[in-house]
Amino acid sequence: MMANIRVHGRRILRPIVDDNPITVQILGLCSALAVTSALLPALIMSVAVTAVLMFSNAAVSLLRHIMPRSIRLIVEMTLIASAVIVVDQLLRAFVPDVAAVLSVFVGLIVTNCIVLGRAESYAMHNGVFASLLDGLINGLGYSAVLILVGTVRELLGSGSLLGRPVLPTLADGGWYRPNELMLLAPSAFFIIGLLIWAVHALRGKQRREPAPSRQAAKLGQTG
Amino acid sequence: MAAAFDIVLRAMFAENLALAFLLGMCTYLAVSNRVATAVGLGVAVVVVQTLTVPINNLAYRYLLEANALDWAGVDGLDLSFLRFITFVGVIAALVQILEMFLDRFLPQLHQALGIYLPLLTVNCAILGGSLFMVQRDYGFGESIAYGFGSGAGWALAIVLFAAIRERLRYSDVPEGLRGFGLAFIVTGMLALGFAGLRDLGG
Repeated sequence: MMANIRVHGRRILRPIVDDNPITVQILGLCSALAVTSALLPALIMSVAVTAVLMFSNAAVSLLRHIMPRSIRLIVEMTLIASAVIVVDQLLRAFVPDVAAVLSVFVGLIVTNCIVLGRAESYAMHNGVFASLLDGLINGLGYSAVLILVGTVRELLGSGSLLGRPVLPTLADGGWYRPNELMLLAPSAFFIIGLLIWAVHALRGKQRREPAPSRQAAKLGQTG
Repeated sequence: MAAAFDIVLRAMFAENLALAFLLGMCTYLAVSNRVATAVGLGVAVVVVQTLTVPINNLAYRYLLEANALDWAGVDGLDLSFLRFITFVGVIAALVQILEMFLDRFLPQLHQALGIYLPLLTVNCAILGGSLFMVQRDYGFGESIAYGFGSGAGWALAIVLFAAIRERLRYSDVPEGLRGFGLAFIVTGMLALGFAGLRDLGG
């Protein structure tokens, strides 16, 4: 199995940049962007989604031989929802402040299409260890975008990172005038749009027309 | 009545699910190439949202909330952590029933909405609406207003976006920005416009 992993190592790392779930496949945006107005919630959300992805991938992979095909979506949704409940309860217990900021968006991981997408397209056909790894890598790809957007928005929007001042703002006697647009929803759209532009430019090739990815089409464009 | 109207307006503009909370984005981007299909999807969202939010409101208040089961003689039980599974189940069941109902009694509407209805089971705008309803502690009447308003707001956003996108097809855009990149930036501008209406509905 290890040799198998090594052979596919390059392919397995694709979700971080080349096949990033957010910027390339345009999946799983819903629960993502509203939490990126500061870095800390973005970080916690990244950890939460990665944990749910790993758990659901592993669980689906374990059950893949005994799961009747006709009810597999219901079983997968139940597994995902259970993982989300555990994550939600843990956040409430240990980081209540951040849980309050994330509010409903932790619950919305249930309908995050990356999670169901990986369960359907990968975990249903692969072993437990490989599925766990796939969950981790896709989670990291998702986290990379979230952390990047969170960093830009907090730095430009309030001149700080993780709550610590980085650019001294006018209010504190410094020189930086915070750009309040960065704290509002539209800035998330702009940053993601520019990010997609950058990724496409770096890859040098891109689709002319927005064709929904195969995975999204199969899942019926879930959120 | 005025309070209900305020909730509708606020849910449509200031708290627009698509443009202020970025919910239902995958569907929003994928089904907005033509105005006609966007309208179909929009109507489906309004119908499903107006039904699921109040039903989930009842389910939450009489089954899940802390001490909600007192009427059944079970004291001190707090099942609110089960709301994710319950809401997803209610939404899935409701979409299924709605589909069968339309197929039987309004086959033409079913033809028009047919392909979009099942997609809504896993649309995060629908689940998000129910979760916001719990978070804001809406009563039954308020939740009807909120369900309708948030659904209508989402529908408005996708129809406007599809109309812009139809025109954009003929514009000369930098190579790397074509497709989703531009879609996001246009959505951002649309969101800015909606942010300007945030005082509507108090």
